[in-house]
Amino acid sequence: MERKIRVLVAKPGLDGHDRGAKVIARALRDAGMEVIYTGLRQTPEQIVGAAIQEDVDVVAMSILSGAHNHLFPRVVDLLKEKGVDDVLVIGGGVIPDDDIPGLKAAGIAEVFTPGTPTSVTIDFIKQNLKRKA
Amino acid sequence: MARAPLLSERARAQDARAVARLISMVEREDGSRLAELKALHAWTGRAHVIGITGPPGAGKSTLTDKLVAELRGRGRTVAVVAIDPSSPFTGGAILGDRIRMNRHATDEGVFIRSLATRGHLGGLSRATAETVRVLDAAGYQDIIIETVGVGQSEVDVVRLADTVVLVSVPGLGDDIQAIKAGVMEIGDVFCVNKADKDGAERVVREIRAMLETAVLNGAATRFSELYAALAAMGLGPDAKVETGSGAAGAAGAAAAQGDEAADGYFQAGAAHHIAKQARGHDELALPPVLATVAETGQGIKELVDAIKAHEAGLAATGLLGKRRVDNLAWELGKAAADRILSGLEADESRGFVRARAEAVLRKDLDFYDALDAIGESLRGRP
Repeated sequence: MERKIRVLVAKPGLDGHDRGAKVIARALRDAGMEVIYTGLRQTPEQIVGAAIQEDVDVVAMSILSGAHNHLFPRVVDLLKEKGVDDVLVIGGGVIPDDDIPGLKAAGIAEVFTPGTPTSVTIDFIKQNLKRKA
Repeated sequence: MARAPLLSERARAQDARAVARLISMVEREDGSRLAELKALHAWTGRAHVIGITGPPGAGKSTLTDKLVAELRGRGRTVAVVAIDPSSPFTGGAILGDRIRMNRHATDEGVFIRSLATRGHLGGLSRATAETVRVLDAAGYQDIIIETVGVGQSEVDVVRLADTVVLVSVPGLGDDIQAIKAGVMEIGDVFCVNKADKDGAERVVREIRAMLETAVLNGAATRFSELYAALAAMGLGPDAKVETGSGAAGAAGAAAAQGDEAADGYFQAGAAHHIAKQARGHDELALPPVLATVAETGQGIKELVDAIKAHEAGLAATGLLGKRRVDNLAWELGKAAADRILSGLEADESRGFVRARAEAVLRKDLDFYDALDAIGESLRGRP
C-alpha cells in the first residue's frame, strides 16, 4: 500500500488562535495527507508524546503568542531526547524575520509566516521528508 | 539467517515508539509485519477490548477521554484506537479525536493511536484488528476502539470488541430510529450522552422500550445470549432470591464467581435496566441504559462499572471465549476470502478464468462447470 504522509498539527503555548492551524490542517488533508490535530494549549511534552504514538513524519506547530523561541526548540530537543531523529519539524505563525535564523539553527526545518500560500508548505513537506518509503 | 523481530520485543516492553512503528507497518500492510505479529501472538488475548460507537457528534471522544481517566484511576493501563474517515476524493484525513484526549499523551500507562479508514467501510479501518493485537501484546489491559461516527449499519466493531458501548444523544430523531435494525442491536451497554440536554429522558425511555420489545419478541441479541447463560447458572435479575436455594451444585465454583459478576452486572445502572413487565409480571433483564454528561464526568463511574460488570459476566459464563472464537472465525474467513480474491487477480488466474469464459461462450462448458474448474484450480494454492 502507498505510504501516507502523517502530520501532527499542534498549537503549543497559551494563545487561543487556531484558525491558521486549522487552515493548514485542511490544506494538508486536501493534499492527501493524514493530519492528526491535537488542539489548543499543548505542552511540548504532550506534542512529543503524541508525535511518537502517532508515528508521524512531520510535526507542524503554530504559535501566535510570541513564545516560539522557547517552545519550538523545546519540541526539537525533546524529540532528540526520546531518540526520534527522523521527524521533520516545521513552524508557523506570527514570527519576526529576525527570529527565523535562530529557529532554523535550533532544528526547525522551515518557518512559514502569514501570507505563505499553503501550496508552499505542502511542497516543502513533500520534498523534505526525512523518512523515505 | 532471519533478522530477529526486534520491534516486537521492544513492543512487549511497552516501548511506545516500537508499538507505534508496528502499527504503521500494519497500516501500510508491510509484509515484514508478519514476523513481528507472529512473535507477538503468544501474548495476545489478555486485554478487555471495549468498543465505543455511535453517531457523529455524540461525544464519543470526550467519553473515551473520561473512560481513560477513570480506568487509569482504577490502576489499569489503557490503549485507545480512534478511527476517523479518510476523504474518498483525496485520501487525506483529519484525525481529530485526539483533541479531546491529548492530556493523556504524557501518561506512560496510556497509548493513543488515530487511524484513518483509508477507504474501508463498516466503521473501522482495515488495520484495526491487527492494531488491537499489537496493543494487546504490548500489555495494555483495556483497549478502547472508538469507531468513526456511525450511521445505521456500521457494525464491524462487534467483531473485535468484547463489550460494545452504544452512545446515543438527544435530538436525533423520533422513536422509530430506535427500532430500526443495525447499530441499535449491537450494544452491550447503552449510554445516552449529553443527558443535560432536553429530551435525554425520552431517549433513555425509548431505548429501554426498544430493548424490552426485543426481549418480548425473543429476538437474538448480544445481551439476551448473556442473560440466558447467566440464567442457566441460576443467576439472573432475581438471583438474590434463588442463589440461596438452588443455584449451587451444577454451577459449582463458577457460580460463586458468576454470582458476583451477575450481581455486579445487574446492579450496574441499578433500577435502570431491570424493567418490570406488566404482562405476566415477569422481570425483564435488560442491558444497562445509562445517562452521562461526558463533558462534566457525570455518570462515568457508573458507565465503567457497567462495562466491567459486563466483562465479568462474559467471563463467568464462558461467553467471552465463545465470542472470541466466533469473531476470530469470522476474521479468518474474511482473510481467506481476501487471499482467494488476490489469487484470482494474479495474471495466470486471469488467463485461466478468461479461457473458461471463452469456453462457456463456445458452449464447450456451461457456467457451473467453468466455476467448478476455477475452484479446482485454486485448490492447493498457498
